[in-house]
Amino acid sequence: MSLPVILFVLVATATAVSAVGVVASRNVVRMAVWLLFTLIGVALIYFLLGAEFAGAAQLIVYVGGTLVLVVFGVMLTARGPLVELRTKRNEWIVGGALGASLFALLVAVSLKLGSPQTTDDAPIPGTGQLGMTFLGVTETSPAGNVSGVPVNKPIARTQVAYFLPFEIVSVHLLVVLIGAAYLARAKRRVKP
Amino acid sequence: MNELGLTPFLVLSAFLFACGVTCVAVKRNAIGILMGVELILNAANVNLIAFARFNSGFRLDGQVFALMVVVLAAAEAAVALAIILNFYNNHATVDVDEAKDLKG
Repeated sequence: MSLPVILFVLVATATAVSAVGVVASRNVVRMAVWLLFTLIGVALIYFLLGAEFAGAAQLIVYVGGTLVLVVFGVMLTARGPLVELRTKRNEWIVGGALGASLFALLVAVSLKLGSPQTTDDAPIPGTGQLGMTFLGVTETSPAGNVSGVPVNKPIARTQVAYFLPFEIVSVHLLVVLIGAAYLARAKRRVKP
Repeated sequence: MNELGLTPFLVLSAFLFACGVTCVAVKRNAIGILMGVELILNAANVNLIAFARFNSGFRLDGQVFALMVVVLAAAEAAVALAIILNFYNNHATVDVDEAKDLKG
């Protein structure tokens, strides 16, 4: 047992338990707290995988932004101190069976997939390279083995960068936030 | 890191995905359904970053896509919460079983 394995087991267990907590708790506020722990666990998984910038972005955007938004939504739509909407028993059975069968299917597929050999000759790109990729300066990936392609076959990967998707996502975010502000604006209540 | 292969990350991602789907299927609160969608997106992100780590041909692409998924999830949460607030203003509930008509 080396240190990464122990760390992965700890973080993955915490994340999975929190995800179960999100599903199992009835109170919306408790669900939000469990979701907070799940998101932090996923960010730690990113750090373990060597994706520091993605982990930091997960912490800032999700935990700092999205979850605060969700908690605001919970507070704005709560009616009493006990906000509970009961789920019927047969709905639990159907949903649990759906989730369990999906989990079994996905685990079967990922066990069949096997691990591709990690070639450590290509270093893990840092934040600087990621930023240059978003700016469209460099090619995205270092030349490496693309799985699924036979070894002796030449791989025609063009040098692509992600400037255009970056711009599209930016404009999309702007439009969506304006639209959300328009949708959620305070209206005069119409007396029925 | 090498003895810890790709498979444990895929299993964790599958578990998160199954939890998210169960959450979407079971919850009656609209905000609970939104949290289930967040779980599903996070499961996809774990997959992307794990493949980026263990497949040297996609070292950068996986992280780029994961970042875009994070941004789009934030946008999706904003719009969904706006819709939920609008629905609450009109119907005074967030129970999705009550959402039967399109006109408020």
